[in-house]
Amino acid sequence: MNHDTYDAAYIRKILEDVRTIAIVGASSNEARPSFFVTKYLIDKGYKVFPLNPGMAGREICGRKVYASLSDVPEAIDMVDIFRNSAVAASFVDQALTLQPVPKVIWMQLTVRHDEAAERAEAAGVRVVMNRCPKIEYGKLSGEWGWVGGNSGVISSKKQSLHGSGKMQSLGIVKQ
Amino acid sequence: MSDQQPGFDTLAIHAGAKPDPATGARATPIYQTTSFVFDDAQHAADLFALRAFGNIYTRIMNPTQAVLEEKVAALEGGTAALATASGHSAQLIICHSLMMPGDEIVCARQLYGGSINAFNHSFKSFGWNVVWADIDDISSFEKAITPKTKAIFIESIANPGGRVTDMDAIAAVAKKAHVPLIVDNTLASPYLCRPIEHGANIVVESLTKFLGGHGNSMGGIIVDGGNFDWGKNKGQFPMLSEPNASYNGVTMYETFGNIAFAITCRVLGLRDLGPAISPFNAFQILTGMETLSLRMQRHCDNALKVAEWLSKDPRVSWVSYAALPGDKDHDNQKKYAPKGAGAVFTFGLKGGYNAGVGTVSKVELLSHLANVGDTRSLIIHPASTTHSQLTPEQLEKAGAGPDVVRLSVGIEDVADIIADLDQAMS
Ligand SMILES: Cc1ncc(COP(=O)(O)O)c(C=O)c1O
Repeated sequence: MNHDTYDAAYIRKILEDVRTIAIVGASSNEARPSFFVTKYLIDKGYKVFPLNPGMAGREICGRKVYASLSDVPEAIDMVDIFRNSAVAASFVDQALTLQPVPKVIWMQLTVRHDEAAERAEAAGVRVVMNRCPKIEYGKLSGEWGWVGGNSGVISSKKQSLHGSGKMQSLGIVKQ
Repeated sequence: MSDQQPGFDTLAIHAGAKPDPATGARATPIYQTTSFVFDDAQHAADLFALRAFGNIYTRIMNPTQAVLEEKVAALEGGTAALATASGHSAQLIICHSLMMPGDEIVCARQLYGGSINAFNHSFKSFGWNVVWADIDDISSFEKAITPKTKAIFIESIANPGGRVTDMDAIAAVAKKAHVPLIVDNTLASPYLCRPIEHGANIVVESLTKFLGGHGNSMGGIIVDGGNFDWGKNKGQFPMLSEPNASYNGVTMYETFGNIAFAITCRVLGLRDLGPAISPFNAFQILTGMETLSLRMQRHCDNALKVAEWLSKDPRVSWVSYAALPGDKDHDNQKKYAPKGAGAVFTFGLKGGYNAGVGTVSKVELLSHLANVGDTRSLIIHPASTTHSQLTPEQLEKAGAGPDVVRLSVGIEDVADIIADLDQAMS
């Protein structure tokens, strides 16, 4: 699969399909992008497991932090990797040993490892690289436009408020 | 939509403008409110810390404005945009995000007079120094670059002379120096020219002109090309690449990637300097933009006919319009704005100053005023109005000699525009 561009439908299906997300490299520093993303995905209703060996047993955004993927007590639908490209492959390989195997491996903006992606795809795992799930969710829901972002999405369908009923929160609906 | 990439006219109507999430309203509502309530204290904290998308206060963002921003970003091919109260305030916010006291900006001499004034005088008091270069001598841009240079600023089609700038050549200079190229695309509009495709990193426009198009609302826009590495040289652009003290150490470029410039302009520039666009003006401009292609093509078609008529008239000494085959910018126009050279151009009257004053006094259909980019045809004699405080030498240098008349050709019946000019010139 070509990982330079992604169809909106491919990304939408992933964000609709997954419920549990493990974030590799989650930070408790509230100014860090990984904290922003952890918080956002929790607010959108995903069950998030922050991973950070230095913080194992403590909490980020009220969620217990685990040291490694194999410590997470539930099946992980998606692994979101906030580590650099060089070490990303080792997390992909760890993810592929999990039972059940995650449905999706996602690498954050600037993170890309094509060989690891090929191994994951050979195991039937969908892969996204060099993207941010917060940004992609925002583009699909319409929230991205609130900060002037060009979502590339055109539609005559009404935008959906998020199911949580939270103020100023848009959701993505199955279509 | 299907996987087909939507065309320009589809984007002009639909980009950013999905039906309203709360009411299903099909046209974009005017959110005429100053502020937005928070869900709870945590939501408020997340918004203020930039952790959540959402609206706080109309000085920083507003949902009507947001539709306008996404639409212009889509038409220009940028990653994001920020709308402001006017074209000038957009320029101010751009410079605020890029420049510290003592820094320099290299500007083309061929700019809108108001911009020349701002760079020469007002911006000096912030310690931002302008170095002038000339679009007729590309090497003058290269020579003007110093270690303090933070950007190059040009107009795609320049006001008032209608000059077409060789953007590819100047983009190469900017790239080599690793400074962003800022292009003011006001006179062309994205319908005629898309500067990001020619290497621009930031596009700025006065929405007051062709995008709004009806002479009824002020507005400006900053478009982020998403194609500049703000972190390449440490300390070059501190507002983008260093942790920000007013946001608890958030680093804009690291956090917002290819929309970091637009976000910086919003959350540091617009937030603190304050020139917000009114929701009503954003709505008016949005309505105008839906017909941008139709109007812009008509402006160009009419302008070409008027220019051709003028160039054959014995009372006229010269016409400067890039769509005329003999014009010095004709090759650049075919390359950068092939659909037309826009609505604004200048011509000279053999009768000099008195003929200029006489013509603007006698027009009955054309309006004598200081604007461009209205549905109506507009005329001005710079030497007796906008430039009347200058000496004869300064007038010549500014391209506003005593014989010069500037037109902004409207979308009326062209025969009526020509007939009115004909009677006014006699
Ligand atoms: C090329 C150009 N840039 C900027 C401006 C300033 O825009 P505004 O009047 O919206 O502040 C103008 C206004 O005439 C213009 O023609």
